[in-house]
Amino acid sequence: MNLKSALCAVSALVSVTATAAMAEELTIATVNNADMIIMQKLSPKWEEATGNTLNWVVLEENVLRQRVTTDIATKGGSFDVITIGAYEAPIWGAQDWLVALDDLGDDYDYEDIFEPVRNGLSANGKLYAVPFYAESSFTFYRTDLFEAAGIEKPTEQITYDQFGEIVAKVHDPDNGIYGTCQRGKAGWGENMAFVGPMVNAFGGRWFDEEWNPTIDSPEWHNAINYYVDLMNNYGPPGASSNGHNENRALFADGKCATWVDATSAAGYIFNPNESTVADKTDFFQAPKQETSNGTGWFWAWALGIPTSSTKVDVAKDFVAWATSKEYIELVGESEGWVAAPPGTRTSTYENEAYLEAAPFAKTVETSILAADPSNPTRDPVPYTGIQFVAIPEFQGIGNYVGQQVSAALAGQQSVDQALANSQQFAVREMTKAGYIK
Amino acid sequence: MARAVNTSRKSLNTAIAATLGLIMFFPVLWILILSFKSEIDAVRSPWQVLTAGWTMESYGAVQERSDYFKHFMNSVTISLGSTFLGLLIAIPAAWAMAFVPAKRTKDVLMWMLSTKMLPPVGVLVPIYLIFRNLGILDTRSGLVIVLMLMNLPIIIWMLYTYFREIPGEILEAARMDGASLREEVLYVLTPMAIPGMASTVLLNIILSWNEAFWTLNLTAAQAAPLTAFIASYSSPEGLFYAKLSAASIMAIAPILIMGWFSQKQLVRGLTFGAVK
Amino acid sequence: MATKASRAAARLMIAPSVILLLGWMIVPLSMTLYFSFLRYNLIMPGDNPFVGWENYYWFVTDPSFKAAMVNTLLLVGGVLFITVVGGTLFALLLDQPMWGQGIIRIMVISPFFVMPTVSGLVWKNMFMNPVNGIFGHLAKGMGFEPIDFFSEIPLLSIIGIVSWQWLPFATLILLTALQSLDSEQLEASEMDGASWISRFWFIMLPHLARAITVVVLIQTIFLLSIFAEILVTTNGGPGTATTNLTYLIYVSSLLQFDVGMGSAGGVIAIILANIVAIFLMRMIGKNLDA
Repeated sequence: MNLKSALCAVSALVSVTATAAMAEELTIATVNNADMIIMQKLSPKWEEATGNTLNWVVLEENVLRQRVTTDIATKGGSFDVITIGAYEAPIWGAQDWLVALDDLGDDYDYEDIFEPVRNGLSANGKLYAVPFYAESSFTFYRTDLFEAAGIEKPTEQITYDQFGEIVAKVHDPDNGIYGTCQRGKAGWGENMAFVGPMVNAFGGRWFDEEWNPTIDSPEWHNAINYYVDLMNNYGPPGASSNGHNENRALFADGKCATWVDATSAAGYIFNPNESTVADKTDFFQAPKQETSNGTGWFWAWALGIPTSSTKVDVAKDFVAWATSKEYIELVGESEGWVAAPPGTRTSTYENEAYLEAAPFAKTVETSILAADPSNPTRDPVPYTGIQFVAIPEFQGIGNYVGQQVSAALAGQQSVDQALANSQQFAVREMTKAGYIK
Repeated sequence: MARAVNTSRKSLNTAIAATLGLIMFFPVLWILILSFKSEIDAVRSPWQVLTAGWTMESYGAVQERSDYFKHFMNSVTISLGSTFLGLLIAIPAAWAMAFVPAKRTKDVLMWMLSTKMLPPVGVLVPIYLIFRNLGILDTRSGLVIVLMLMNLPIIIWMLYTYFREIPGEILEAARMDGASLREEVLYVLTPMAIPGMASTVLLNIILSWNEAFWTLNLTAAQAAPLTAFIASYSSPEGLFYAKLSAASIMAIAPILIMGWFSQKQLVRGLTFGAVK
Repeated sequence: MATKASRAAARLMIAPSVILLLGWMIVPLSMTLYFSFLRYNLIMPGDNPFVGWENYYWFVTDPSFKAAMVNTLLLVGGVLFITVVGGTLFALLLDQPMWGQGIIRIMVISPFFVMPTVSGLVWKNMFMNPVNGIFGHLAKGMGFEPIDFFSEIPLLSIIGIVSWQWLPFATLILLTALQSLDSEQLEASEMDGASWISRFWFIMLPHLARAITVVVLIQTIFLLSIFAEILVTTNGGPGTATTNLTYLIYVSSLLQFDVGMGSAGGVIAIILANIVAIFLMRMIGKNLDA
């Protein structure tokens, strides 16, 4: 490190004396999502404009999270720009692991970014990551199958019970159509992203006001029993290993009649180059049950700069570019407006070209603006976050519960057993971390 | 072979062995086929896959996303580097153990092997901190060192078993002729151990090439080898079978081809002293 | 027979290896040992107080711990069984006269060159995926319900994948051993009218014993730390059905970032591995000296 930082100090001096900024090499870690791959594809434009170069580390979500967390927590300094989510940004920001990004210039137009998105990426009043795209969740469905079964598009939020009835009607496994595809692959960002809001809808919560886990409550039992029954009766085979990406592929391939998932997938599903169902898909709100609080999740993928980076200024220039209005326009023009990164800026949703190409735009906007992470459940809770709980310990607990729910779905154990194990684990973790005395 | 082999028996053997061989090889063959299909065709049923048209588009898409050549060169550097560095350190040790056995030689050897049982996941954080402090995160030399240490016990053990098979009298004779220790190792021992060394080298190149924990966790962009190249394909984005196949083929082809060409050497020496 | 001088020289020659390996073992090990007594979570910075045996307590009482131990044993045992039995059969077969032996041998050993990550991904997606995988297509073609490998028989699927990778290794070593067998001895016994079974049992198998021990030893070392295959296929699930000890340590230290508890798990794994090692060493040491 010492040699490296010495060199950097020297190069900093040089660049002060010589007025022309030196060309820098940035290392950027990102997830292998479609939108990020477009960013990688378009980034040579930034490289040409600034003379800097980018080295990409593209990893699968779980690997990325582990890799980036190890590096930032040990101040390894391997990355200059990292892709993080709405869960990490405030926690890491509060720990001073991320550079505050409040000074990207007037052109950047902070006011244009949706307020819930900005809030979700801030800690102590400072913005620690800039949103690349943001999403809520809603229900995708196949208009042709609904029509054939004589089902009208719901105009108001339906309950999970009603949802189950609809699914039963459109389920047609003999023709390779499954009534519903939902996430089953274990992980707090995978199956729990669907299960969490569903538990909220059934009136459940992760913790009571005293931080006691409440995972073995009747509400959780109702929700998980419903989920397991629904998936076993109307889901595709192998549901317990399907995550977002697997389901997106299944839906795009025309194998699913309904799918409750990220609004950001709409750009993909409605893109005729990527999907066989682009012209026969529509959407409605994610279902409610006992309550409509916290039934649609909130998530954002954002770019942040670790404080251990030695090239903060150049990195800032890049993240500002990649999350700017100009970038969104660039994607719209070169990749088609339907693929523009959604959910971050008001200006995107005022752009006629986008509204025309993306029939889902207004619904997405409403869902995101309606998602309220500070009021996620029917009963009061001490935490914020809809499909996650914004505390560092949640990752471990969420993963464990995800594993248990996934095992229940796979038929490896009963729902009662899964929830009893989960409760026990959560109590252990919270005791270990000192929440429960 | 003295026995007359009857042809029908030979045909039967061939048929059974070829079938089993094909089954073992089928996964590799199948991804090779899929890698030349379009994404839409790659998810169809097997016969539809076979009859569908051929295309190179997946290779193009993979190359566009990450520079294959850079990762490839890193893989080559790291696996060759760690193997030869390991050899350099292991030869004297194996020599000494084989020709000057002490009471504890076997225990030392077994202890060395047992260091391989240290689960890497358990020590990542300490190693990461050490690497950070030494400033060798994301460098090829860092990985060369780690992989060398990972494989050193295997190298020593393999060499030890080969050296042991060399009759001591030859060395005695060389010593009588006034050969120094260095000359003895260099001119007498090494040539005799060449087949053994060749298979040691090959096995270690394979092991280093395929090592996927340290290579992924201690690198970012500069030193990342092919194991990191494949890591971005481990979850699907839409239809991805053809791209995954192409990336897989690109990652395993070099080592596979090397293995095929050198299989005679590899087989000859891969005994770990099991053959007397 | 060795002189004092040569013994000293020998020590000098072994020294670099021993020092390096000692360093490689002791430095991370002592850090791991030290961390295992601290409350040290990467994502919760602050001071890391000494907490005594607490981490060990939490690791051992982890509900997944028992499952992980059982799975580790099943995984190692299952793969060893398949590869040793399968490898012996393959070796016997390949030792027979046939045409195109070179090509067939190349096909059989190919899986050994495939990266664990790649083989996990390929088996998971192209073969075992119940909707688009080749097994799924075949089952549907024959009118069966496709097997959902990773939720119905998760551990068995992993054992299958790992066995596919290691079968060539076992085959190679056993084949080499078999080829070194004195063919006159076999022929003599054949003339004596010994059946094929008794020839195998009384002549070949004893001859293969050393090679089998070697296979068991080397594979155990690698199989105890199987990780990549589990990571890319099942993530240790469903539930804990495919969580082995290595994966459990990964979960605590790199998914929950609880370095303290992960370190405690690491120490436990090292102790267990060494017990296995001592056991194996005894076995192989005896066999190798003979």
